[in-house]
Order: sequence, then structure tokens, then C-alpha cells
Amino acid sequence: MALTIDQPIEHKQQSLAARLFASQTFWVVIAVILACVFLSFATDAFATSKNLYNITRNITFVAIIALGMTFVIITGGIDLSVGSVLCLSSMILAVTMHAGYSIEVGILASIATALAIGAFNGILIAYLGFPPFVVTLGMLSIARSLAMVASNNTVVFQFGPDHAKLLALGGGAWVFGIANPVLYMILLALITGFILRWTKFGRHIFAIGGNEHAATLTGVPVRQIKVAVYMISALSAGIAGIIQTGWLGAVTTNLGTGMELQVIAATVIGGANLAGGVGTAFGAIVGAALIEVIRNSLGLLGINAFWQGVFIGGAILLAVLFDRIRNFRRSD
Amino acid sequence: MAVLELTNISRHFGAIQAVNDVSLSIEPGQVVGLMGDNGAGKSTLVKMIAGNFRPSHGTMHMDGKELILHKPAEARQHGIEIVHQDLALCNNLTAAANVYLGRELRRGVGPFRILDYAAMYKRAGQLFAELKSETRPRDLVKQMSGGQRQAVAIARTMLSQAKIVLMDEPTAAISVRQVAEVLNLIRHLRDQGISVVLISHRMPDVFTVADRVIVMRRGRKVADKTIASSSPEEVTGLITGAIEQV
Repeated sequence: MALTIDQPIEHKQQSLAARLFASQTFWVVIAVILACVFLSFATDAFATSKNLYNITRNITFVAIIALGMTFVIITGGIDLSVGSVLCLSSMILAVTMHAGYSIEVGILASIATALAIGAFNGILIAYLGFPPFVVTLGMLSIARSLAMVASNNTVVFQFGPDHAKLLALGGGAWVFGIANPVLYMILLALITGFILRWTKFGRHIFAIGGNEHAATLTGVPVRQIKVAVYMISALSAGIAGIIQTGWLGAVTTNLGTGMELQVIAATVIGGANLAGGVGTAFGAIVGAALIEVIRNSLGLLGINAFWQGVFIGGAILLAVLFDRIRNFRRSD
Repeated sequence: MAVLELTNISRHFGAIQAVNDVSLSIEPGQVVGLMGDNGAGKSTLVKMIAGNFRPSHGTMHMDGKELILHKPAEARQHGIEIVHQDLALCNNLTAAANVYLGRELRRGVGPFRILDYAAMYKRAGQLFAELKSETRPRDLVKQMSGGQRQAVAIARTMLSQAKIVLMDEPTAAISVRQVAEVLNLIRHLRDQGISVVLISHRMPDVFTVADRVIVMRRGRKVADKTIASSSPEEVTGLITGAIEQV
């Protein structure tokens, strides 16, 4: 008797199709594909190489930070400071290079700044027990303010001797005409996916999000890992900042304003759970893609830009609705 | 020879004497029921064995050698494993991942080491088979029954060569049928020569599975006798204080 009940259950769990249909990320991918197909027929401008180049590149900045945010969200935390950290890292890079230092020094200073901020956030959260929301909200304000201090609130658009290198780094397309930022994003997504699936560190991140107390009791170094995830999140913001600086060719102190919410939206649309324990690298990219496709399509379809927020907000609710429906079905 | 021997162990927290001059010894392959009312000192005693607290007075010996524990990880190294009351499981992970939590198997060389899923699934599956549990290594813990969850928590203690397994109220929050399942798991541990200390409020469980019962009241050991020579009525009397000491 037990066998007859077990078999269909096992079959259901093993079946790839069933697992796909149960995944929020899968449905978001379908939504992105449908939107793209629809737009190719509905507008002439969508399926042009110029527009696709723009879309893929625009996805990257949110997507790269969303990859870092995924680590934090899986542990059950949140990082609201990423938009400001992006701005500060960009500004440190810009100011350092403007002062005549090489691009290597600039990038090093920029990355070091991001990591220091991440470590600061992480230590306050992991060792002093501050709520992540509050710490990173504070840092949202502090980092942007520091960016203003560093630049005296001016626009920096001259990057010293390595000016051209920096612009090529962010604005070029070295392989098959794919925008460089897209290549970085793919590389970072592969690294993120690998860490989450195949490393002890990744396993422990999921454990902390699932049951932090259990992780502590079983000897998982919970505090160190929490510091590390906030450093990763800040690092991803720093990397996005460097790339964005190269692409834009100028840094202002309002760079990345409100970006933290787009990033969190992308992560959640892609299937991460803000309560912790769930999230994937692929989901973060797909979530960012859906947001960008919505934005792009509204422009191409001639819909007033003021409607953007409604559609993106709707996408967030719809994505989470799928998750709720699944849970309701399970509890039945 | 006793696998674990406690001699005149005491522990106080400020003015409160939580455990007072307790001596006991646990033989290999023995199931010992540790009973007592709330605040009797059971948990404090177990936490000293598990390395959470250090005794204020007294000594512990394991296999004849003195045992000094500074943290839980050291207890684990000595073969002392604990099944926590809340089981300490992560619902979002598979059974195998939970069994190996904190001691994941990896393959590869140097810094390039990745999780060895195959080996962990295989070994976890063997452990569940040894426990005669129907738990499957790839299933998520959130889909499991109380008994299966207990099996996961107990399989964890069998990963290394455990000598003593401390179980904190393993039957407190599960159904009657699952209680029987857990008691079976305890018997399987015993059959492998592992000593089990079963902390429980449930008289029937202790009398079903334990060889010996130790009763504590107000920090003192008031009884330590074989199950055969005791009765639930006597133990109840000892717990409540109706019977002073035996």
C-alpha cells in the first residue's frame, strides 16, 4: 500500500516538467518571451539590433546588483544601500582617475570602498544584531552623502590618463558585438550560480535563510557568512558602478537613486523569497530582464512613461501571486 | 567501563543552584531516561555534557579520560551528539543537506572543492535505511512528517562515530504513531552500541524504551535505577517530591 502511494509522489517530484511548472522563474521567463514575441510583431523598432543591444545592456546594471542582492535575500536579509553604494563607488573611481591615477588604482579604490561598506553593514547586522533594514537604510543615506563629499557634488566626466580605457571597459563591445556589460553580467551570473549550487558557502547561505538557529546549532559560521553576503552585495553594486561609469562617461551624485528598489523588485520577480531560503542567479537576471522589457515596450508602444510604475508594480504583484497560488494549493 | 561518567557535578547561575552534586555513569549501548519537572536541572545537566555550559564543580570522564568541553563542537569531536528539541532542521533544504549541515562532503583539490551531492545522497540514504525510516534523501524537509523529521535529526548524529546521543524531548510534539517510530529509532541507535540519554516528560516513552531511569528534582539526582525495578507511579512520586529519595 505504501508503495502505491509513494510511486506517484516520487514520479511527480522527479518529473522535470512538474518542477518547471511549479517554478516562479519559469513563468517569468515565459512572460519575457511572450512580451518579446508580441513586441516584435507589434512594433518595428523592437527587434532591431540597436534596440536589443540597448535592452540587454540596460538589464545588466540592475541584474548585476540583483545577483549580489540574491545572496543577501537568501539569508533572509535585505540591502537597501546598493543604489548609494553604486554611486559612491562610481564617484571614488571617477575622483581617483580624475586626480591622475591609473584605471587599476581607480578600480581598486572603488572596490575597496564597496567592500568596506559591505563589511560595515555586515558586522553591525551579524555581530551587533542590528536589523538589516535599519543598517542598510542608514547606509543608503551615508554612502550618497559621502559621494557628494568626495566630489563636492559636481559632475565628473574627465577621467585622467586612462579616460579612454574606462570608456571602452563599460561602453565597448569586444565579443560578437555584445555590449561589454552584458558579458560581465553573464560571467557574474555563472559565478553566482556556481557558488549557490556547488559550494559549502552557498549551502550555508540557504541554511541560514531556512533556519538561522539550526544553522548556528549545527556549527555553520553564521556571523562570518552574514558579513560575507553583505560584502558581496556591496561588491556587486561597486562592480555595477564601475561598469556604469565607463558606459555613461560621467558620474553625478544622483546616480543609482532608487535603484535598490528596482534591484529588490528584480530579485523578487525572479523567484527569491524575502523571508529567506529561496533564490537563484538565473531568477535575478530574468527578473531584471522582465522589468527592462516592460520599460522598453511601453516606450515603443507609445504609452505615457508615467504608466511605467504601474506596470512594474503589477509585475511584482503578479509574480508573487503565482507563489501564493502554489502555496494555497499545497496547504489544501 | 562506563562510556561517560559524571562525578559530583554542580552548576550554579549566580545564587541559583541549577545542578547540585550529581554523579552518574552511562554504559555503552544503554538507553537512560532522564526525567524531572521543569526547572529540575535536566537541561542544564545535558547542556554541560553537550559543551554548552561548563560545570562549576565536579569532573566528567569519557572512556576513563577526563573530559573538558569549551564549546559544542568539542563535544561532537568526542562523539557526543545532541538531537535538539526543535530538531534544528532547515525546511528549505533536502534531508541529505540537513544531515550533512555544517559537515558537508566535498570533492576536488585545494580551494577548488565542490559539494559532493552523490556521496551525501548515498550515505544519507544508507543512514535512513539503517534507521528503517522511509525518509528519502532528496526530499525537502518541509514536506516531511514529524517522524521523518526526527529520522533526519537522528541520522545526523550517526554521521560520525557517536558514542552518546542526547535527545531533548524527542516525542513532545508529534503524533502517537510517530512516537512509536521515534522509539524505534532510539532502539536502532542502541543496537549499534550507542548510548542514548532520553530527556522526556512522557512516562510511557521512558518505560517503553529505556533501560534505566534517572530522576532529578531541584538540581539533585533523587533516583537512578533500572526500569525493571521501578514503576511509573514511583517515578511520578519522585518527580513531584511525594517520594523524597530512593
